[in-house]
Amino acid sequence: MTQIFRLENGGLINRDKKLSFKFNGKTYYGYEGDTLASALIANGVHLVGRSFKYHRPRGFFGAGVDEPYAIVQLYRNNETEPNIKATEQELFEGLEAKSVNCWPSVNFDIGAINNFLKIFLPAGFYYKTFMWPKSFWYRIYEPFIRKAAGLGVASTKHDKERYEHKYEYCDLLIAGSGPSGLASAYAAAKNGARVILAEDKPRFGGSLLTSDVNIGNQSGKDWANGIIAELKEMPNVVVKNRSQVFGYYDHNMLVMSEKVSDHLPKTKKHHPKQRLWYIRAKEVLISSGSIERPIVFGNNDTPGVMLSSAAKEYLKVYGVLVGKNPLVFTNNDSGYETAIEFKKNGINPIILDSRVNPQSEIIDEAINLGIKIKFSYVVVAAQGYKKVRSADIAKISDNKKQLGTIENIKCDCICVSGFWTPTIHLASQSGNKTKFKEEIDAFVPGTSKQNETTLGAANGIFTLEETLKSSFTAGQDLSKKITNKDNKISFPNVVEKISSQHDKFWCVPLPKGKNYKRFLDFQNDVAVSDIEIALKEGYRSIEHVKRYTTLGMATDQGKTSNLNGLQLVSDIENKVVPAVGHTTFRPPYTPISIGAIVGREVGKHSKPTRKSPMHSWHEKNNAVFVDAGVWLRPRYYKQGNENLFEASKREAKNVRTNVGVCDVTTLGKIDIKGPDAAELLNRVYTNAWLKLPVGKARYGVMLREDGIVMDDGTTTRISENHYHMTTTTAQAANVLSHLEYYLQVVWPELNVNVVSTTEQWAGAAIAGPKSRKLLKKLFPNNDVSNEGLPFMGYKESELFGVKARIFRISFSGELAYEVNVESDNGQFMWEKIIELGQEFQVQPYGTEALSTLRIEMGHVAGSELDGRTISYDTSLEGLISKKKDFIGKRSLNREAFTSGDRQKIVGVVPLDKKTSIPEGSHLVRDAKAPLPNKKLGHISASCWSVEYDNPFSLAILKDGKNMIGEKLFVMSPLKNKVIPVEIVSSHYVDPKGERVRS
Amino acid sequence: MLHIKCPYCGMRSQNEFSYGGDASVKRPELNKEISDEEWDNFVYNRKSPRGKHLELWQHLSGCRQWIKVERDTATHEIFNTYKADEEIS
Repeated sequence: MTQIFRLENGGLINRDKKLSFKFNGKTYYGYEGDTLASALIANGVHLVGRSFKYHRPRGFFGAGVDEPYAIVQLYRNNETEPNIKATEQELFEGLEAKSVNCWPSVNFDIGAINNFLKIFLPAGFYYKTFMWPKSFWYRIYEPFIRKAAGLGVASTKHDKERYEHKYEYCDLLIAGSGPSGLASAYAAAKNGARVILAEDKPRFGGSLLTSDVNIGNQSGKDWANGIIAELKEMPNVVVKNRSQVFGYYDHNMLVMSEKVSDHLPKTKKHHPKQRLWYIRAKEVLISSGSIERPIVFGNNDTPGVMLSSAAKEYLKVYGVLVGKNPLVFTNNDSGYETAIEFKKNGINPIILDSRVNPQSEIIDEAINLGIKIKFSYVVVAAQGYKKVRSADIAKISDNKKQLGTIENIKCDCICVSGFWTPTIHLASQSGNKTKFKEEIDAFVPGTSKQNETTLGAANGIFTLEETLKSSFTAGQDLSKKITNKDNKISFPNVVEKISSQHDKFWCVPLPKGKNYKRFLDFQNDVAVSDIEIALKEGYRSIEHVKRYTTLGMATDQGKTSNLNGLQLVSDIENKVVPAVGHTTFRPPYTPISIGAIVGREVGKHSKPTRKSPMHSWHEKNNAVFVDAGVWLRPRYYKQGNENLFEASKREAKNVRTNVGVCDVTTLGKIDIKGPDAAELLNRVYTNAWLKLPVGKARYGVMLREDGIVMDDGTTTRISENHYHMTTTTAQAANVLSHLEYYLQVVWPELNVNVVSTTEQWAGAAIAGPKSRKLLKKLFPNNDVSNEGLPFMGYKESELFGVKARIFRISFSGELAYEVNVESDNGQFMWEKIIELGQEFQVQPYGTEALSTLRIEMGHVAGSELDGRTISYDTSLEGLISKKKDFIGKRSLNREAFTSGDRQKIVGVVPLDKKTSIPEGSHLVRDAKAPLPNKKLGHISASCWSVEYDNPFSLAILKDGKNMIGEKLFVMSPLKNKVIPVEIVSSHYVDPKGERVRS
Repeated sequence: MLHIKCPYCGMRSQNEFSYGGDASVKRPELNKEISDEEWDNFVYNRKSPRGKHLELWQHLSGCRQWIKVERDTATHEIFNTYKADEEIS
């Protein structure tokens, strides 16, 4: 019998299914329905980790999402995951977990030396100590801290699991399936509302699973099961367990993480591991319940000290005893419920109640059961290092300031109850102005900002009857507004024991001469003394105290520490808690895996991939692709053992000597129609457009209103009121939006329509001295001579029966044409070009050769039109019309734009004609000048000129106009290069532009 | 995530829209002589009010219409939405 702390009977676990698992390498057994925590406790394992700062031994504190201690590294199906709460992780066959934040082992942890040095690790320790010397941070402090601290190790492997996103709309989203969640969901569902009911735990019912109550003549648990069964059958209801609503965003958008497969040894085929739900709800009901508050006393972090509600849950849900000799320390009646459960299972607990003489039904029951109760008694300190062995207890004066004689009593666990804290995170995230409720010493939701209502314990209502009544009403009223139905439900009879008032007592004073650590924040090791230091050092705002001491900043976000921290600050400052205020609650309520947030947008799925209609041809012909925005474009076509440099040189050379063909489908294309189309172009481009004849193309540059060049491209007049605009690949979407903006918002009187036709046309650029000969073969019935189709001419034609558009435009600077056919015919066109071009040595060329060709011609592209340059800088000022106004023109007479030494595009050639110039390098006058060396310009694009067989670059250079012939240096600290260069004209090849007109 | 009512398509999530700035800004008429200050105000200077703000959004992944949205910049409450050329009383 290994599970020595497991009861013979009881609990909601499946005792027929025994599961084996490993913790820190040792094999244990548990049952189906256990959590890792309950199974470990059943085996008597309480030491599960080390604390963050002092490396003190850590056990279990809670039984769910509020757990600050029991964080483990999980191993599942050859994957590992950090930051898993043992209290939430369901047990499965073969589960493996390890302790974190300890080295070399949890039993012998070197970092525990911090515990003895703790006098040196006060609040703000990291800020104070690791400031100096600066160089120590990277070499010594950080690596040491990283090794010693942390909540586990993230896997460096690719996560093979699948995560999904789901978008959902509903009338009512109900977060939490305790009594208030069930009642409101039931009432709303009966009214026909579309309801989503979410529960973070595997089992529905919340507190009803562990409380001794009766609803409608059945136990709370049975009533909950009945309601859930009925809800599951209703078509308008979605019921989800293992689903945490963790974030409340604007306009009633909530996000919920559903753990679909985490409780299984392996994710089923075609199932996701987790699913993130984006839920837009008309109304949100927050029934998130409350979390028990600890009482602060000496060594209250010792393993075996835990929340009394957690002890009760381990007992009632898992049939597990957290100890066989329990001490219950309480300031309210909840501790009695736990003690009674122990007693019913043959265990004799002792209750210490800080109250003087409380009276209630529950206390009477405990007395009648013969439970030993000590009133006006407190735990001064827990004793024991890796597990509680005894407790120092004492009588406390009525004013809670004086302790009596210290007695030591044996115990193996201390179950603490310091009353309840409503879980107001979601309400607060939605913008709710929370208010402090004196009777319960806690904040509750106040005025709602969005359509949100908080119910039951989360709203500070701690009686079942009132909770159920108000929740039924809320569900009914809110659904009635939406569905206009009014199905009355009869209210069930409720039997519960009424509690007496809790004691406004939360921290046990230190006995004289003792210096016990009294922890507030269990995950970040923040003790009472740390807060005292922070306040002494002048921190006042609770937000500052939080950051300085790290109180509430751990992954549990202070679920068990916030209010006690506030109480302490208010006590020291002599203020009331509401005056101190609470820190801001932010999503996520509990850690969410990055995988779930990313969803399916991983790798190639992170963005769409656009392929041209000729893509499969490129693939078959050894194209090496490059991402151009979301497009995949051939970068070069590999022949034999060629590398990028060799292949692109060959392809570019072939364009200059024979003919090449390039897939230009990716260029943005916008179809412009309407009687005012010419007027629109005239306003959008810097040059004149009103007199462009039908059948002619024109190059144009468009600016932003601030005068910076936005994009360039050619636009062709197809017919009287019909134009075909091309944009750069990168700016296609922006240009369309830009045109739509002016047409819809600024000049709605213009009668023009614009639509993207990028995907409707496949494009091939045919460039090179032999391109006309090839064109003749392709279009034997057309006159494509220099007279029949002159430079910037346009013809509509047929390519072997297929509708085609021929534009005589050139980016390569060679005699060139662009042929467009409808996308479906793209592959046909391409193959025809290759087939008929054989006799002219046609070769396909990719973007690398395309760049080489345009760079040595001095044609600008995205690397020059980089959002910082104006027309002058890129030598496009000749296209600025003086006669008409256009977008951005008024900005051009700005002082900086018109200064004499304004930057301008130039060509750069290394003096040795050999050394390649890295893009992005800086141009300087004196390579040996002291740093920071004065930058005169930068290299925007580099290539190997195939015309001259030497490196050539374009640069944007200060006073570039007057710099031709100057000798400068290119400096690239990144590549550690200094290259002497000469500045030349940016038009390196064919400066007069004769080839395109030939 | 905001929920924006496109006057053409109805309620849609924010991720279908792109933000387009202050809708009250009027572009100076073409060919009109204006001072540097006026142009500067048009291109660069925007109020960043806390509270009600009339702004342009484009329903980019929808009908592609530019619309006007009256929104509270602090609370994100949307009071009303209009077509781009709609007169707002």
